[in-house]
Amino acid sequence: MFSKILVANRGEIALRVIRACKDLCIKSVAVYSEADENSLHVKLADEQVCIGPAISTKSYLNIQNIIKAAKETDADAIHPGYGYLAEKEEFAVECEKNGIVFIGPTPENLNLAGDKIVAKKIMMEAGIPVIPASPGSVETIHDAKKICHEMGYPVMVKASGGGGGRGIKICKNEEELIEDFPMAKIEGRTAFGNDEVYIEKFIREPRHIEFQILADKFGNIAHLGERECTIQRRYQKLIEEAPSPALTQELRNEMGEAAVKAVKAVDYVNAGTVEFLLDKHGKFYFMEVNSRIQVEHPVTELTTGIDLITEQIRLAAGEKLGYSFNDLSIRGWAIECRINAEDPERNFLPSPGTIERYHAPAGFGVRLDTHLYQGYELPIYYDSLIAKLISFNLSRKGAIRVMKRALEEFKVEPLKTTIPLYLKVMDDPDFKDGKFDTGYIEKFLPDEEEGDDDDCE
Amino acid sequence: MSDSKGIEVRAKMSGIFYRKPAPEEPSYVEVGTVVKKKQIIALLETMKVFQKVKSPADGKIVEILVENETPVKDDELMFIIEKG
Repeated sequence: MFSKILVANRGEIALRVIRACKDLCIKSVAVYSEADENSLHVKLADEQVCIGPAISTKSYLNIQNIIKAAKETDADAIHPGYGYLAEKEEFAVECEKNGIVFIGPTPENLNLAGDKIVAKKIMMEAGIPVIPASPGSVETIHDAKKICHEMGYPVMVKASGGGGGRGIKICKNEEELIEDFPMAKIEGRTAFGNDEVYIEKFIREPRHIEFQILADKFGNIAHLGERECTIQRRYQKLIEEAPSPALTQELRNEMGEAAVKAVKAVDYVNAGTVEFLLDKHGKFYFMEVNSRIQVEHPVTELTTGIDLITEQIRLAAGEKLGYSFNDLSIRGWAIECRINAEDPERNFLPSPGTIERYHAPAGFGVRLDTHLYQGYELPIYYDSLIAKLISFNLSRKGAIRVMKRALEEFKVEPLKTTIPLYLKVMDDPDFKDGKFDTGYIEKFLPDEEEGDDDDCE
Repeated sequence: MSDSKGIEVRAKMSGIFYRKPAPEEPSYVEVGTVVKKKQIIALLETMKVFQKVKSPADGKIVEILVENETPVKDDELMFIIEKG
């Protein structure tokens, strides 16, 4: 086992990893930017190293400075958290070169997960259902028109290098395709340095279901059940739960087996997630493998009782997995709300500032993963996720009740947050019945207006 | 906001001030640039979200008070525009 782990991240996930290290009696090293000097992860770790200025490209994305910090502190492994360098092949390679264990998948895994076209090809060959799509990148509008005519509209034009909802255009007909296809190529080139685009069929009213996977270095793979991640805004997940109200045990087994087969096909190791789209008729399609721990991992932890971060560390250290899905005793229901410092009434504009009044919810069935504290000043440089509030109960109904109580108790003043929005969702009959698709959240939002302050993302 | 002092453009919230759409591109405006009402004159990035800073009126940029890629505070003065 490792003796010291450097945590190459900030915010709640850095805290989450540091706490796991403490549970395993492993020393931890926090890295931080100049803007994060007063952050909780810096205070909680055993050692701290400043790795650069506030701007992420010079600190949390600075591979050389992070490797240097690991060597100076004698860390034998690095946990990358999510985002930042978590899925950067180059970073995993640099760790390896310097004799530091990267807690995550192999560089080959990261490379493949990042290349959605190749990943899909492999999945098709492995017999996993995929969304009908162009056989590879589409070069010309002439080819695009032909492909879309064959698969039928609506279609999605996707930048090969995109992700997290970025670089996607939906075309309802050929006219829109003619307009958006060249734009997608230009945007792909400027945003991701890659103008390859591919086209796939757009599934209406889909649900987003993903399976947590753990794999050791000896070829043992287990899935840990699904997460329901359908409730999103602009492809950013807002509310997740486990299990999904849309799955029967039969479908769960079928999708779980497909997920295991998917990671087996790419010799995947460590923790990962296989994302599927599920249509109204119970047909599912492979979307992608996320080669990192995910923001929403706690809902799986609560329903399985398995600490996914300590599992990541254990597997990276070369230990055997030691169980499969059937060995787990999955029970109850967990719901996570991503609390963002954003104003849902004003087009989710960010709401920076200093927390003058803070009260954290607690009590039976409540888990709060956050880096906030009274007096903390939110840096303007990083994203707006300020807390993950997770509720647990034996029934879904119970988990909703606990979530509502916890949301009502949570005070982060004077910031604007997504808490009021989630309170409305917890009271909504459709949500209570488990009836929603990826467009669900729209009904709670005021019509987007063309204001002076429209964001330009 | 008297005419002799010009029109002030202040930050709607704290953020990072950008004078250009991308590092390799030219600035939106310079001192002396004639601008139209609602023309984009800068960007403000707050917690990974970009907002456009637009000119409140037709006129001319007479002063730029913030350096490119530096943080501004809520309500900080960024531009002074002479009404045209």
